[in-house]
Amino acid sequence: MTAPQTLFEKIWANHVVREVDGEPTILYIDLHLIHEVTSPQAFDGLRLAGRGVRRPDRTLATADHNVPTDPLSTPIADPISRRQLEVLDDNCRDFNITLFPRGNANQGIVHVIGPELGVSQPGMTIVCGDSHTSTHGALGALAFGIGTSEVEHVLATQTLPQQRPRTMAVNFVGDTPQDVSAKDLALALIHALGTGGGSGYVLEYRGTPISSLSMEGRMTLCNMSIEAGARAGLVAVDETTISYLRGRPGVPSGSEFEALAESWRSLQSDDDAVFDAEITIDVATLSPLMTWGTNPSQVVRVDGVVPQPSEFPTDAEKSAAERALDYMGLQSGEAMRDIAVDVVFIGSCTNSRIEDLRVAADIAQRGKVAPGVRALVVPGSHRVKAQAESEGLHDIFISAGFEWREPGCSMCLGMNPDQLLPGQRCASTSNRNFEGRQGRGGRTHLVSPAVAAATALVGRFARAKDVQ
Amino acid sequence: MEPVRILSGRGVPLDRSDVDTDQIIPSEWLKRVERTGFGRGLFSEWRDDASFILNQPDFHGARFLVAGPRFGTGSSREHAVWALMDYGFSAIIAPSFGDIFRNNASKQGLVTVVLRDDECAHLSRMLHSSPRVELTIDVERGLVEIPEVGFVAHFELNPITRERLLNGWDDIGITLLHEEQIAAHESHLRPTPLDTLRRHLM
Ligand code: SF4
Repeated sequence: MTAPQTLFEKIWANHVVREVDGEPTILYIDLHLIHEVTSPQAFDGLRLAGRGVRRPDRTLATADHNVPTDPLSTPIADPISRRQLEVLDDNCRDFNITLFPRGNANQGIVHVIGPELGVSQPGMTIVCGDSHTSTHGALGALAFGIGTSEVEHVLATQTLPQQRPRTMAVNFVGDTPQDVSAKDLALALIHALGTGGGSGYVLEYRGTPISSLSMEGRMTLCNMSIEAGARAGLVAVDETTISYLRGRPGVPSGSEFEALAESWRSLQSDDDAVFDAEITIDVATLSPLMTWGTNPSQVVRVDGVVPQPSEFPTDAEKSAAERALDYMGLQSGEAMRDIAVDVVFIGSCTNSRIEDLRVAADIAQRGKVAPGVRALVVPGSHRVKAQAESEGLHDIFISAGFEWREPGCSMCLGMNPDQLLPGQRCASTSNRNFEGRQGRGGRTHLVSPAVAAATALVGRFARAKDVQ
Repeated sequence: MEPVRILSGRGVPLDRSDVDTDQIIPSEWLKRVERTGFGRGLFSEWRDDASFILNQPDFHGARFLVAGPRFGTGSSREHAVWALMDYGFSAIIAPSFGDIFRNNASKQGLVTVVLRDDECAHLSRMLHSSPRVELTIDVERGLVEIPEVGFVAHFELNPITRERLLNGWDDIGITLLHEEQIAAHESHLRPTPLDTLRRHLM
């Protein structure tokens, strides 16, 4: 009998091309996703070395980081953005890679379209030159972000030399309170682990609160694994995974799909598999969360107050808290609910899927965006946008005073025209609240879609129950 | 990557320590989409100064840079190595290097030669007084030589880096040595989801 294995170990073992003591393992990559920002130099490197793309049929490209979310007829004003998109077009044409460019019906944020097209599948190894590739782990795939020379390596060889990461079981226990979302679980975890606590690990999310999450929720959680420093996040395959994939364009149909699904059902950690580390998080005591500072572990309840730097155990954390309060323009002891926002952003690869938009629309229909607040809803992809429009969600948003925009990374990062102005405060469903992330001098508070929508209506941080 | 066995050429003394990667290639250069052309951005803040050593005609065309300790610390940007190579450098000689920089350099075939402080200082003085002197770097034997004046200094390279340089192997080249194993793995794979997707979308 073979020793019990974790899910990670099973996937890893299935992809080893070569493993020799003292050398990195050569790991086969099933799916390589690329976008315009981290791929151009990799293609240039291939050309310089006279190499080709080994498996264009395992490489999928989309434009997301630079695309404006204005109507598609608007030309791209920034010459650098335009150039990156043109170069992606050229590279995909030259190397015969499928590309979904701006405006294509399948275009969207790379981590939204992989799962929704059904090309990200259980048991696969998936990489992308983007740290939030961990998102695809929600499907029971080993998915992680890579750098540009690794992008080139995968293009040329369809493999990567890798040191084997360690494994951590993240056990969620207890009953999830009604208004606690996957985003709150992610923030609670990062708060517990710290931004470096997951470093060197692949996290496997386990327990009833996880099995009762939708695929969208699992993606939100896996997406933010990287904010705890982890290499990847994983959720075992169950019937939720299989029903999510059934009928998607990247999977076969009929009996072929059912046979595949049967093979996926074994993608679980064995009962007595041993993890290198373990952490347990009780969700029963959670309530909606938000960040107050400039890293994603600086978390409080929406019902809470801005902390005192003196509350933190180490000197480093105390001075980090002081710096964060200064940058964020906050006073210790202030109630989060009293803090007014200028902008609300609902979008990004963390929270721009159909379920996120449904939750936000359900709250949006209860009122109007508060005066002086700019509220944007940016669907993660054209497919999400089309689905939302077929359900009439766009009408709800628009009549409540939200902007309904074209898909893209948008205000998640200051790379396209959607940016905060210096000093503006934003309730954002994205994943990073670093200084300047949403635009120079911008102040980001990470929240769930429900909190974002409620905050838009109230004009100050609020929970869904505040806008009944 | 081309094999590197023996390099010959002139050197330029930088006489600065703690040259970080932001100084080597400032961040505004990171927006480029090419891998070439970064030579123009190399040390760009310093090159605005006409008296900066790289601007002195005597040192035009030098292949080796002699720097102070801790060359290449700071951000992990690979662009620093691209910039040095694109400018025309094939080796950097210094008492110590930033780890990530040194690792990046070895992947691209830029030779990083560690000599003792006094050897670097001696070399630097020599280059100031006779800029046109020819240096030789022998990767196989680990020697920096200036035959004209009888200068010889020994350096160590990690054996893997040395093999890579001598054989012209980059990471991709090393992986492709195992091409048969990759193909063997591929022979068991089921059709890729992108084929299914393409059929579906057509
Ligand atoms: S939405 Fe944000 S985090 Fe996600 S891929 Fe785009 S820029 Fe990166």
